Amino acid sequence: MARLQIEAPGMLHQAYQQFADHVTRKVQATPRGVCPVDLTLNALRMSHVESCGKCTPCRIGLAQLAELIEEVLDGAGEEDSIKKIEQLANVIRDTADCAIGYEAANLVINSLKFFREDYERHIVKADCLYTMDNAIPCAAICPAHVDVPGYIALTRAGRCEDAVRLIRRDNPFPAVCGYVCEHPCEDHCRRAMVDAPINICGIKRYAVDHAGDIPTPQCAADTGKRIAVVGGGPGGLTAAYFSRLMGHSVTVYEQRKKLGGMLRYGIPDYRLPQDILDKDIQYILDTGIDVKMDVNVGEDVTIEELKKEYDAVYVSIGAHDDKKLCIEGEDGKGVLSAVAMLRAVGEGDRMDLTGKHVVVIGGGNVAMDATRTSLRLGADSVTTVYRRRIADMTALPVEIEEAQAEGAHIITLHAPDHIELDEKGEVAALWAQPQIISSVTADGRTSVRAADAELVRIPCDVIVVAIGQAINAGHLEPGGIETERGVIKADLSTFVPDSGNVFAGGDAVSGPATVIRAIAAGKVAARNIDEFLGFDHRITVDVDIPAPDLSNKPACGRVTLKGRHISHIAGDFDLVDEGMSDQEMEQECGRCLRCDHFGLGIFKGGRIREW
Amino acid sequence: MVNIRINGTPYTVEDGMTIMEAAYEAGVDIPHLCYLKDVNEIGACRLCCVEVEGENKLIPACDNVVTEDMSIITNSPRVRQASRTNLELIMSRHDGTCTTCVRSGNCQLQNLCIDFSLDVDLYEKHYAPEKKLQWKRDFPLIRDNNKCVKCMRCVQICDKVQSMKIWDTLGTGSHTRVGVFDGRSIHHTDCTLCGQCITHCPVGALRARDDTDRVIEAISDPDIVTVFQIAPAIRTAWGEPFGLIPRHATVNRLCGCLKQMGADYVFDTSFTADLTIMEEANEFLVRLEKGDLEKYPMFTSCCPGWIRFIKKQFPELVPQLSTSKSPQQMFGAVMKSYFAEKIGVDPSKIFTVSIMPCVAKKGECDMDSMKSAMGANDVDVVLTTREVTRLLKKEHIPAARVADQPFDQLMAEYSGAGVIFGTTGGVMEAALRTAYFKFMGENPPADLFEEVNGFSPREKYPWVEKEFELKGQKLRIAVVNTLGHARAVCEAILREEVKYDFVEVMACPGGCSGGGGQPINTEDEERAFSRGIYLHELDKEMELRFSHENREVAKLYEDYLGHPLSERAEELLHVEHSLEFNY
Repeated sequence: MARLQIEAPGMLHQAYQQFADHVTRKVQATPRGVCPVDLTLNALRMSHVESCGKCTPCRIGLAQLAELIEEVLDGAGEEDSIKKIEQLANVIRDTADCAIGYEAANLVINSLKFFREDYERHIVKADCLYTMDNAIPCAAICPAHVDVPGYIALTRAGRCEDAVRLIRRDNPFPAVCGYVCEHPCEDHCRRAMVDAPINICGIKRYAVDHAGDIPTPQCAADTGKRIAVVGGGPGGLTAAYFSRLMGHSVTVYEQRKKLGGMLRYGIPDYRLPQDILDKDIQYILDTGIDVKMDVNVGEDVTIEELKKEYDAVYVSIGAHDDKKLCIEGEDGKGVLSAVAMLRAVGEGDRMDLTGKHVVVIGGGNVAMDATRTSLRLGADSVTTVYRRRIADMTALPVEIEEAQAEGAHIITLHAPDHIELDEKGEVAALWAQPQIISSVTADGRTSVRAADAELVRIPCDVIVVAIGQAINAGHLEPGGIETERGVIKADLSTFVPDSGNVFAGGDAVSGPATVIRAIAAGKVAARNIDEFLGFDHRITVDVDIPAPDLSNKPACGRVTLKGRHISHIAGDFDLVDEGMSDQEMEQECGRCLRCDHFGLGIFKGGRIREW
Repeated sequence: MVNIRINGTPYTVEDGMTIMEAAYEAGVDIPHLCYLKDVNEIGACRLCCVEVEGENKLIPACDNVVTEDMSIITNSPRVRQASRTNLELIMSRHDGTCTTCVRSGNCQLQNLCIDFSLDVDLYEKHYAPEKKLQWKRDFPLIRDNNKCVKCMRCVQICDKVQSMKIWDTLGTGSHTRVGVFDGRSIHHTDCTLCGQCITHCPVGALRARDDTDRVIEAISDPDIVTVFQIAPAIRTAWGEPFGLIPRHATVNRLCGCLKQMGADYVFDTSFTADLTIMEEANEFLVRLEKGDLEKYPMFTSCCPGWIRFIKKQFPELVPQLSTSKSPQQMFGAVMKSYFAEKIGVDPSKIFTVSIMPCVAKKGECDMDSMKSAMGANDVDVVLTTREVTRLLKKEHIPAARVADQPFDQLMAEYSGAGVIFGTTGGVMEAALRTAYFKFMGENPPADLFEEVNGFSPREKYPWVEKEFELKGQKLRIAVVNTLGHARAVCEAILREEVKYDFVEVMACPGGCSGGGGQPINTEDEERAFSRGIYLHELDKEMELRFSHENREVAKLYEDYLGHPLSERAEELLHVEHSLEFNY
């Protein structure tokens, strides 16, 4: 045999890799509510398997640690069990020779930090604080709790209208969400245990694209109560829609000329065409909602006046202000905020960037929107500058990929230092400080620090700042609405404490977040305003859900949406992604594991038929 | 209709049937443990998994519906192995010491093990640790987690039928167990003690507290006079464990058994059911007259599960309860006063035992407000139907060979109206017969109010509602059984969506004949309704159909109480309902 041989990955290597992939997917799809002590115990045991057996703390210590935790889990723990676990874990962390040992100990130390109360509960009451009461992971995680398996089954059965009606029971923006939802529902999809999460968002888009006309639902008998909604974005319109269905009379106050808020003025047309948005809005308005456009609450009418005139007020203003870089040269000509730019484009004012070199600063979805919009406005080049790495960007991966595919350059690990202006006060270049990726902070984010390197000059004519948004709620304070760190203080029911009859939710309370969070807040607000007004209306829909297949299809890839071919990007604001074909929809829907029927779903925590 | 094949044989069955139901219709048995029709069809035990042609996995028969051309195999080696293995797995977490188990002989798990000829324990046994078993044995309802098979029936019956949600799953993974919601102690819940979780438990994980030893002790004490009463619903079911049909297991045969065992006096609670009607019907007329019932109706108060329910769930309606005690408690009070006096025995030497189809009665008899006669319990011990059969077996009484015995003097007579107290609608029907007499001065045809019985078709609501007119006075009544429906009727009343004058509530499905203390069968047959029908048959066969015609009740008034609602009657037979909630 030759003294050196090429080491080709053998069967064993492949089997390990496949096994590791399987375990990773399973861990990722772990349902919420499983016992953290049990989870820790089993993760610890898995770590112990990795031990080579050389060192005492890892070989024996991890086994003893597992025994101690198992005692707690079995209800046989003693008063000092936690102390014993902690002590042993600390010693293993301090004395294990390699990461296999000390990271296993860290797992336990962290678990004790996060779930101490549960360990105590096991010891005192032989019980667990947690229980699996969310049988349908997608519906449980969706902030608006849309019945996902239900509408997937309906779409598959060709009943797209029923699918959309079912979605509207919890979310009156089915079309918008079919196009631009961040789909947290896919994060814990149980199908990931088999192969990959279902493309839930794509299926929803198929349903709305293929649904015919749906009659406006019946509203409950008029209650004689009047509600004012401040801000005609997704959250405000959701609250308006459900309140109207509950029989209240609703007036929406909108400061701009059209409804939709950030959906219209923040999200570009190539992602969400305005006619799609208009479809959802029209359906909402058809229930009989009064709208007052072009009214600036705080100036044209005060909150005090609204509070007096209406029985309840819902404040759902968006995050339309921008955050500043606070660097030299920021006031130069050619420095724009992303919100202002996207708003102008949304209003139809497509500025001409022909021949310009554009730099976009930021790494979130808004930065990607600004980047891709700049390309469409004719810019010669668009460079996105970000302090960290691509993996650290908060933008959805697909947005980043598409921006790059459309011709944007992304420069990572460069922090803006100052803006160079020419003699006319116009932008000449961005100077950036190269960064080095650094330690991981307690919340799991990777930080950066300045690298030992010279400043870099990035020549450009236009700089678009997309480093975050803010809300402007200062003008509401005279109305008795308290703000804290720039957002309105409201409790989890959306009620604004000590305000009498004001509720608030969405970006106005949480700070800039997602469409579906704003919708969820609107839904919660509608429910609680109804109760505040002395009613107990229930929202439901009479749609029966098709029975599932008896058993599941074997592992199969996830369908993703394909981008359209774009030959000339300048001026092309048309929709980029193509929806699923019938064939793709059929296959993708067939992958749904129907957690509403299989597993816990048939017993408890399953389908919620009304709220 | 749907065409299917089971084990190769074609059948045509109804649309929408589960595989389990279709197989049953076809005469094919599919083993099952957790399945309880309409209440628990969740495929938890996985004993009912069958092969369906074209499917890669085995399919549970209980929660999947047949479809056209479905071909089902229930007897392949794969199916047999699957059921057997799952049964072995269940047994590895089940305390299988059957000889000391209260359910030995009528345990579904035991039956399955016999059917499968399970011999060795293939898997290592592992029980829940001691700490988790702590359950105060003085509580009338007892849970043993090492016998629990996690079928979830108790969770479902308590949630779906009784709307109380006392039970829940706790923990996850291998440590999942069924217990009181939130991990609470059962004492800190609104448990009504209806006992439906017990009668729907397939194994011995849930049982009622056993008080038979206290009865044996009393019988054995020569200084103590034991006085028994037997509730109307007992005659529908007590013979089941002895293999006797109701026609043979008569209430007088049970009387004979108790006498043979050494009971000094035995009575039928139907006697005080008649007495209850005298008090309650008169109370109703007085309250109706007074305008007490203008907003909310008067509710019956015979059912202690309902009483516990209303106190915790609808305290605002408690003033609407009839102040008349339940027949059990009236009997207890009368035994230790009137009867004691008549037989010349010091009440402190009288030990009263009632045989009830009910677990909640164990709570009722221990309430402070039920100690009217002399500060001690009016009823000393309550035995469920299951306990009395256990007691007879303990005492080696060969029930099938014991002759009928008449009830004892003074309180032996009872009417058919008293007998139907043991079924839903019976109290209302009995009360209406007497109310009619009060209004009209003459008896109605005895079956005039038959349609109020709980079996009548429901129209708008899941309860029976009727309207009668007696001499221009409109009477609106409702009859409801199960606590889920009781909740619905209370909510409708509070919303003022419905308006009644008198409402009868029984906590258990079908009323007392389906009570939580009744014998349990392993076939999961809901027998409450056939038992109820039997009570109506007995009523029809009787000459005495009206409570107000009970001569011994009349004599009790004449000799002792005076008249209904008299001061003495109020003292002994009525109660001010507080929010008292024992156990």
